[in-house]
Amino acid sequence: MLKINEEVCIGCAICEDSCPFGAIKVVDGLAKVGDTCTLCGACVESCSVEALVLEVAKREVRDDLSTWKGVWVFCEYRRGELASVSSELLGIGRKLADQRQVQLGAVLLGHDLGETASLLIGHGADRVYVVDDPALQEFREDCYARVTTFLIREYRPEIVLAGATAIGRSFIPGVATALNAGLTADCTKLEIRAGDGALLQTRPAFGGNIMATIVCESSRPQMATVRPKVMKALEFDASRKGEVVAVNPPADLLQSRVRFVESVVGEASKVNIQDADILVSGGRGLETAKGFELLRQLADVLGAKVSASRAVVDAGWIPYPHQVGQTGKTVAPKLYIACGISGAIQHVAGMQSAEIIVAINRDANASIFNVADYGIVGDLYEIIPKLIVKLEGRRHES
Amino acid sequence: MKIIVCMKQVPDAKDVRLDPVTNTLAREGVQSIMNPYDQHALEEAVRLKEAHAGEVIAITMGPPQAEEILRQAISCGADSGVLVSDRAFAGADTWATAYTLEHALKKIGGFDLILCGKQAIDGDTAQVGPGLATRLGIPYVTCVQKIRESSATGLVAERMMDDGYDLVALDYPALLTVVKDINEPRVPSIKGKMKAKKAEIVRLSAADIEADPACIGLPGSPTKVVNVFPPPSRAERSVLQGTLDEQIDQLVEKLKVYL
Ligand SMILES: Cc1cc2nc3c(=O)[nH]c(=O)nc-3n(C[C@H](O)[C@H](O)[C@H](O)COP(=O)(O)OP(=O)(O)OC[C@H]3O[C@@H](n4cnc5c(N)ncnc54)[C@H](O)[C@@H]3O)c2cc1C
Ligand SMILES: Nc1ncnc2c1ncn2[C@@H]1O[C@H](COP(=O)(O)O)[C@@H](O)[C@H]1O
Repeated sequence: MLKINEEVCIGCAICEDSCPFGAIKVVDGLAKVGDTCTLCGACVESCSVEALVLEVAKREVRDDLSTWKGVWVFCEYRRGELASVSSELLGIGRKLADQRQVQLGAVLLGHDLGETASLLIGHGADRVYVVDDPALQEFREDCYARVTTFLIREYRPEIVLAGATAIGRSFIPGVATALNAGLTADCTKLEIRAGDGALLQTRPAFGGNIMATIVCESSRPQMATVRPKVMKALEFDASRKGEVVAVNPPADLLQSRVRFVESVVGEASKVNIQDADILVSGGRGLETAKGFELLRQLADVLGAKVSASRAVVDAGWIPYPHQVGQTGKTVAPKLYIACGISGAIQHVAGMQSAEIIVAINRDANASIFNVADYGIVGDLYEIIPKLIVKLEGRRHES
Repeated sequence: MKIIVCMKQVPDAKDVRLDPVTNTLAREGVQSIMNPYDQHALEEAVRLKEAHAGEVIAITMGPPQAEEILRQAISCGADSGVLVSDRAFAGADTWATAYTLEHALKKIGGFDLILCGKQAIDGDTAQVGPGLATRLGIPYVTCVQKIRESSATGLVAERMMDDGYDLVALDYPALLTVVKDINEPRVPSIKGKMKAKKAEIVRLSAADIEADPACIGLPGSPTKVVNVFPPPSRAERSVLQGTLDEQIDQLVEKLKVYL
């Protein structure tokens, strides 16, 4: 329950503004809580006179939490390839494991896995748990979830991380449910809390308008998915030592009620803006779909790929696989050139990890300039053609 | 065929903005809407019903005013609505929500297919559908972009992957979560609106569904929000100086390392 101490409340209405759900109203100089309250606690933080208290019965702890040890990363393997998010997760996983002074485990499911296990060791894992079975050749929620649940019950890691990919976001919630464990989706930051060693999981909420930090105090493992390109992989080190553990789960876990028919690789895999070193990105400021022709010219000079804001994807100027942001792809290129993009928070959420951000926008107050390393205020149709000519000149000089 | 559609009332995220001066959420005029993905789940359910006969039940766990989206669902072709509502459900995370929906569905009894949206736009978690299927012990597939074939006993669907799609087949009972590409939701008919106005909405409380108080609402949620704050800003504004041509020259200097 959210309690309001009427003796203390001064009716300032700051809590009213702080509530993301519009659940608080000040009536007759006192704050009142409505039905839409989700007990998120945002108001408690905002109250300067401490009139708000969140009274919550503690969740029952059903388990000796100290028997759970180690950090695990689910490593995604599909069509003979390791997903790049796997090495990124091993990077952050290594850090967390070192802080907790525990081992870093990697889980590898699939068939015909080749040398992948040793690759994972080179990326930072101490132990790789491998389940190699024809039933795992193709992704199916039920058997991937059951096998992963089995492994976690068997080895009891305290933290389990997975990529927030189509695969990770699909079966990991099934694993968390089966284990009665808390799961936080799409984390952008993971830290260990000083004192109790709990995992602090930070993620955007409300379309990126607020950030929320989440902990799971009463259950293990603590589970999180992380979007690709948010964490940094370690330098690959072929000399790292580790152990590969082949596991044979009970056969019935491998039986699936989902019949796989076929896989069709689409345009998305060709576009792949997440692997580009340089992105030239266009927004509504291009004014027409044709604007992308100009951006492609700039991209060609720089050896870049073209990406976009959601506004222009929704307008049909460029297909969805090019979209950067909260509901598009997260990218972390060396250079990101935003052309005619206002810098809405949901867009910025997808590109703020770029090393250098350049913004071209004719509105000097556009919020994209708040994240840009270099910004030019002006008409992109005047600036970009000149930029192309000058860059080409430069290239011929060198 | 008995089809259940799980739906959630959410604030229209387009309207939710952070006030740059006070750093609080500006909510003026924020509407509550049916989660957009759930509209597509409903549409697909109604189409399946039209093809194979049967009934569509819309269900939501939420505050009393969430009844609005159930009526909206009925106006768009659902046969009935179930509102799972109790103060004790407040603050539920996805685990507690899946628990609650599971118990509500057991109370309603029997179903062939459950359809959910891919995710709810307030939290973007995409966890309730898979969680519910796991609790019910039925197979599930997420991010379905197309149902290629369907019968009264099973279906064949395209599920979106990061690199294209997978074609999979399932027998009922099963659960699917759907993306927006799957269909174009219809607008309610006049007749539908009339029906929605008069419809009796079934209400279920925590006691009705025999929920364990330790498993619902905030106390039943394994995840706890310990802090909320505005997104960090990345850098200080730095706009290049001089005439436009001088600025372009400066930019070319900065960019030449990438050539
Ligand atoms: C839940 C949710 C999720 C979302 N997810 C995403 C997402 O994943 N990705 C995303 O991008 N957005 C997302 N959005 C949308 C986001 O809020 C913005 O609406 C969108 O990013 C705006 O796109 P834009 O910058 O291209 O357009 P606008 O905001 O219209 O900006 C156009 C800019 O171009 C400038 N301009 C115009 N003409 C010129 C010219 N000739 N020369 C130079 N500059 C010019 C203008 O000054 C303006 O700043 C999401 C929104 C919600 C609610
Ligand atoms: N409170 C709820 N009541 C009914 N269905 C829900 C509820 N919350 C989520 N869902 C369903 O689960 C889907 C995914 O939601 P989420 O996991 O919150 O992103 C939604 O699109 C709905 O179909």
